[in-house]
Amino acid sequence: MADQYLNFATSGFGKTLTKQLGLPAPVTLRRYREGAALVPGAILVVGTSALAAEVGELLLAWGQEVRTHDAGNATLGAIVAVLDEVRAPGDLSAPALTMAPALRKLAPGGRVVTISRPASDDDAPALAAARQGVTGLLRSLAHELRGGATGNGIELADGIGLDAPSAQGALRFLLSGRSAYVDGQFIRVDGAGGALPADADRPLAGKVAVVTGAARGIGAAITRVLHRDGATVVAVDVPAAGDALAKVANEVGGTALQLDVTARDAGTKIIEHATGRHGALDIVIHNAGITRDKLLVNMDAAKWDSVMAVNLESQLRMNEAFLAAGLPGLRLVSLASTSGIAGNRGQTNYGASKAGVIGMVGASARAFGALGGGINAVAPGFIETEMTAKIPFGTRAAGRLILPSLQQGGLPLDVAEAISFLASDAAGGINGRTLRVCGQSLIGA
Amino acid sequence: MASSPSPRRAVIIGGNRLPFARANGAYVGASNQDMLTAALDGLVARFGLQGERLGAVAAGAVLKHSRDFNLSRESVLGTALDPSTPAYDVQMACATGLEAIGSLADKIKLGQIESGIGGGVDTISDAPIALSDGARAGMLALGRARSLKDRMAAVASLRPRDLAPSAPGTNEPRTGLSMGEHQALTTQRWGITREAQDELAAASHRNLAAAYDRGFFDDLLTPYRGLSKDNNLRADSTVDKLAKLKPAFGKHLGDEASMTAGNSTPLTDGASAVLLGSEAFAAEHSLPVLADFVDYELGAVDFVSGEEGLLMAPAYAVPRLLARNGLSLQDFDFYEIHEAFAGTVLSTLKAWEDPEFCSERLGLDAPLGSIDRSKLNVAGSSLAAGHPFAATGGRIVATLAKLLHEKGSGRGLISVCAAGGQGVVAILEAR
Repeated sequence: MADQYLNFATSGFGKTLTKQLGLPAPVTLRRYREGAALVPGAILVVGTSALAAEVGELLLAWGQEVRTHDAGNATLGAIVAVLDEVRAPGDLSAPALTMAPALRKLAPGGRVVTISRPASDDDAPALAAARQGVTGLLRSLAHELRGGATGNGIELADGIGLDAPSAQGALRFLLSGRSAYVDGQFIRVDGAGGALPADADRPLAGKVAVVTGAARGIGAAITRVLHRDGATVVAVDVPAAGDALAKVANEVGGTALQLDVTARDAGTKIIEHATGRHGALDIVIHNAGITRDKLLVNMDAAKWDSVMAVNLESQLRMNEAFLAAGLPGLRLVSLASTSGIAGNRGQTNYGASKAGVIGMVGASARAFGALGGGINAVAPGFIETEMTAKIPFGTRAAGRLILPSLQQGGLPLDVAEAISFLASDAAGGINGRTLRVCGQSLIGA
Repeated sequence: MASSPSPRRAVIIGGNRLPFARANGAYVGASNQDMLTAALDGLVARFGLQGERLGAVAAGAVLKHSRDFNLSRESVLGTALDPSTPAYDVQMACATGLEAIGSLADKIKLGQIESGIGGGVDTISDAPIALSDGARAGMLALGRARSLKDRMAAVASLRPRDLAPSAPGTNEPRTGLSMGEHQALTTQRWGITREAQDELAAASHRNLAAAYDRGFFDDLLTPYRGLSKDNNLRADSTVDKLAKLKPAFGKHLGDEASMTAGNSTPLTDGASAVLLGSEAFAAEHSLPVLADFVDYELGAVDFVSGEEGLLMAPAYAVPRLLARNGLSLQDFDFYEIHEAFAGTVLSTLKAWEDPEFCSERLGLDAPLGSIDRSKLNVAGSSLAAGHPFAATGGRIVATLAKLLHEKGSGRGLISVCAAGGQGVVAILEAR
């Protein structure tokens, strides 16, 4: 599973050689560690709006070293560009050119975060052009960043200010090591709901979470991260995976529930177990999924139907049970995939199921929102797992090195970090969205 | 409802077992300790008992290495349980598991402990091979020797034949007969037909397969070493297929020999564990309650003289248990009679119907009578699942507790026969 090229390219000799040959130069990403600094240096806040001033104050309150307009001699851990008041394309020039010299001071593992308003068809054309322009600026800049630095944006819906818990929650997530493999993405905050955690290192304290497909791979990583963040976890997987499941459950002090998610009563059983044993059901992570890859020309009903049944139809059915139970404040995160956005050769069934998840999440947001909760999806790109270790070497190398800006595959941990954020109360104002965790892979949007 | 004078109830919370594997197959290389640890850890995961200090863990094995003198304790130390959980080994042949569970239930009823795990494990595939008695005598003498002369004498006492290892036997030490040969005598005495035995075996496979199909074992089993079902199970087993097998025991009976590999349990590897607690323990930990462990009774018979069959002790223990609890044999919704051999089950049932046996042997005014056979071993038993000796009790208790809980009312009777002419029987009541 180890990315040997990453190990080689970050070693002394390998580093020199890859540089001289002009090969991709991946670096070990800055990932979250409890007690570590939020960012590896000072934060430059770019922008002249009232919101920019509020952002500066918030970062000071978080104990960060904050600069405005000019970085001076400081090493920058992050650049936060507040672009909420752009009215016309010309307004992008000044902030872009203010950021430009500061980029040289951005530390490895640094962050660029834009805060802007989403463009809408109701906007005046020039306003929409300027707002939409931010996305192109940010995504292109993200491609230019090196040394494991990432660029992402927060889009605050009109009327949403920095006092919205999710505006602050998204900013903290994107600055921190938790977003290591999230690159070139926008997080849309539509609501002022949610709450900030009392302890930023235990954002899920007191929560009861269910993770399906928890026995191995990304599911096991999700289980560990939710536990680390304070949740009590019910680990669910098919009975045949029960031995690996028991190990994961015992590792995190949770309970193991051997259950086929395609069973008619899976949702009810999950509710019964979580509420019966742990007194509540606050979080559901729909992670269970399978692949049965075949070119469509060779596809059969068994391969098509089983993928749809596990990856999509089971979620729809369980969600009906969760809604019927009226669980207050339930937050759900579904696993989509970049294959569901960009498509992938040999994965018509898988791609359909994962695109379906994205559609389902959007269309389920209102119902779960009405209960005070919400539902979002995470779309992983190339993640180093037992599954992707089986991909042929050339394809695997391309997936890791050539396509993503970060020049490496992500880890199951990286997906889990994004899921934990979206499952937390701090993401209460984010609903119906899909967040890619792909290292800004070129495939897809 | 129970009339036994227990100060408080002991309840069955749930169980876990490994799929049972035919000997020298899937579990080769796994020790008793490995398997018991895995069964316990699966139970811990199911009920979230990580770091929990339980009142006691009681388990055992029938075929046991001498180094495993503290098998249960060593297994507990390898689990996610609090290492301050005490554990003790039980050894009562095939009744080991049920005795372990019953003893814990007693401790819970008496208020000595709040919770416990009872179970057992056995592996034929990792059975202890011992030195011969001659080799042991020589080596022990060598250890005691103080002078060169004594040492020489000790070494000289060893004979080449002493070097042959001694494999553990399951033959009865006092009769030299295997269990199967003993049962063959009993089977013949009670006139149990080959057809009746094969029908019971086919039903066992059919019932176990149906239980798997409806997901009954989803929360009773944790896969192990690539196995997620008992691999002795033959879902397509039929009386016709079983009728083709040649007799394996009682061959001296000629045409009357009726016991085959199909209607006798195979040698099997596996482990099981059952979580018990007081009602308060279950409530405090938000754990389910499947059934009450109402009462249990031990029995033994004189099989050495030939007075009674080796595996007939439960036939004697059940009426005592029924009398103590004010129940009749027909007051049960489920009967779990361990299928050591189909002949054992059928001989026991026939004995309870027999006026002479019930009068002369049991001292009863009237026979215990027949049972409704549709209530017998409804989720399969040892003929289909296999019988890793000490693990069978845990399999049966967890299975019956869940059956009762699903039904929501009623009682179940357990009967387990054991080597040495012993047996343990128990009553569970639905919750």
